[in-house]
Amino acid sequence: MSAVLEIDNLHVAIGAANVLRGVSLRVEAGEVRGLVGESGAGKSMVGRTIFGLLPAKAAIRAGQVQFEGRDLLAMPDKERRGLLGRRIALIPQDPMTSLNPVRRIGAQMVALLQLHLGLSKRAALDRAADLLAEVAIRDPARVLQLYPHELSGGMRQRVLIAMAFACDPALVIADEPTTALDVTVQRQVLQLVERMRQRHDAAILFVTHDLGVVAKICRSMTVLHAGRVLEDGPTADVLVKPHHAYTRALLAATPRADRPADALKPVPPALIESLWAEARRLDQLTATRPA
Amino acid sequence: MADLILSGPISAPASRWRSALARGGARLWIGGVLVALLLLIALFAPVIAPHDPAEQDLMSAQLPPAFMRGGEAAFPLGTDSLGRCVLSRLMYSARTAVSVALIASLLAAIIGIALGLVAGAFGGVPDQSVSRLIDVWMAFPPVLLSIVLAAVIGAGLVSVIAAIVVVDWTRFARIIRAETQAQLARDYAAAAHVLGLTRAQALRLEILPNLVPLIVTLLAVEMGIAILVEVILSFVGISVTGDTASWGGMITEGRQIVYQAPWIMALPILAVIISVIGFNLLGDGLRAALDPVQRR
Repeated sequence: MSAVLEIDNLHVAIGAANVLRGVSLRVEAGEVRGLVGESGAGKSMVGRTIFGLLPAKAAIRAGQVQFEGRDLLAMPDKERRGLLGRRIALIPQDPMTSLNPVRRIGAQMVALLQLHLGLSKRAALDRAADLLAEVAIRDPARVLQLYPHELSGGMRQRVLIAMAFACDPALVIADEPTTALDVTVQRQVLQLVERMRQRHDAAILFVTHDLGVVAKICRSMTVLHAGRVLEDGPTADVLVKPHHAYTRALLAATPRADRPADALKPVPPALIESLWAEARRLDQLTATRPA
Repeated sequence: MADLILSGPISAPASRWRSALARGGARLWIGGVLVALLLLIALFAPVIAPHDPAEQDLMSAQLPPAFMRGGEAAFPLGTDSLGRCVLSRLMYSARTAVSVALIASLLAAIIGIALGLVAGAFGGVPDQSVSRLIDVWMAFPPVLLSIVLAAVIGAGLVSVIAAIVVVDWTRFARIIRAETQAQLARDYAAAAHVLGLTRAQALRLEILPNLVPLIVTLLAVEMGIAILVEVILSFVGISVTGDTASWGGMITEGRQIVYQAPWIMALPILAVIISVIGFNLLGDGLRAALDPVQRR
């Protein structure tokens, strides 16, 4: 199997804070990989690095991001833009704000299809309607005429999913696509993402803090903590016999109906010490490297 | 896998035009009617004016309006000290005011929007240069700047328009720059980047359409300001020359005989106030009607 995405020893710093300290990650063609971690673990930064959306003060200190064997970080902007939206797509976190409020759904989808597939307006409209039908939207022709504020959150998320898969990408990065939705809609969205993946033969990097979601749809997973990879492997292995104390704590913190709610158990002090030592070592390492 | 539940639009949305008009409220209606009236008068002044605005009739000078004692039906709003029909002069002045307002605000808008977009979208050196230019510009008193400009390129309609454009492009540039930055920080702008759009494409397709409500509102308000500036400049005598009627000029003339014939000065002032209020109400109503935030 070949890797669609291969991140190797990625270091990213924002100002003085090292948000990613040597993240390595592989996404095989057609697989669904979960990227898990609590808030601030750096999981969104991985996606932002791939899309070139890092904040202005951020700097990539070291590492490589290979997409289909090409170095994403080294290629010229123009080449990378050609990949974005076409070969690498994003399902954004918040469907309420990720669509342009003043343009019709149809216009936004057509612009994308024309840009990357060079379709005529007529053909692009037909394709947009087909895509909406694929994500189970009733009466696609009419929805294309509507503005985002005329759709519910779940419908907007469906539109965004349709747009993500519109150009048959090799990799879709789903950045917590279910967090902004309520529980009943979440399940449908997950089903939908999985169905679209099968139909369009894409790999998915599923960024989330919800282990339940990961268990449901991801074949393999990566656990991120404080900018480092703590655990990596098939989902079943990681969830059943986690190597790391942190993963165990994370698992124990998942609320369940059959036992009282419990906060995330603190990581043992010895572990924090070793993490700090490791962080300091890495900081020295990156500090001596020319930026 | 279980079949997905089909999802459709919740309900047919009400007519977009109708709901926008409802949000605009009374301001939109009153402002719209006043502005429409002004535009119609300006456009059809030669047809509806009872007299030639330059026609003098010294025998019937300083006649009061027809509804006052001593007025004549032939001169509904009376005559000035040269016996010219005040109503006709007010109508022809509207022509001057409206053409200045339209041309000057459009030019100021084009320049201001272009510079504001560049400054807001690209940051860095372009932003610094535009922003500092605006700072320096705004340190000058605008009326003084206009008077100096008129002194340099001579009095006349062109210099009035130039003065307004030169002073007021900053109004657009400042607000468009800030709003561009605000829009670029929103998720949909990041989404445009992720879809592979270039910066220019994103500006044209994503950002500019979101600025349209703001631009329309600014334009309406700017037209009110332009009318006011034209009045000020013609009051001090560096706008249109000679026989061409203008509100500012009428106020100057009326000022000298304000004790004998107060209406000659009061009527043009009233016309100015009504038109500026009209444009401001229209701008305010449009802002409410077009605001995408309130569309939810």
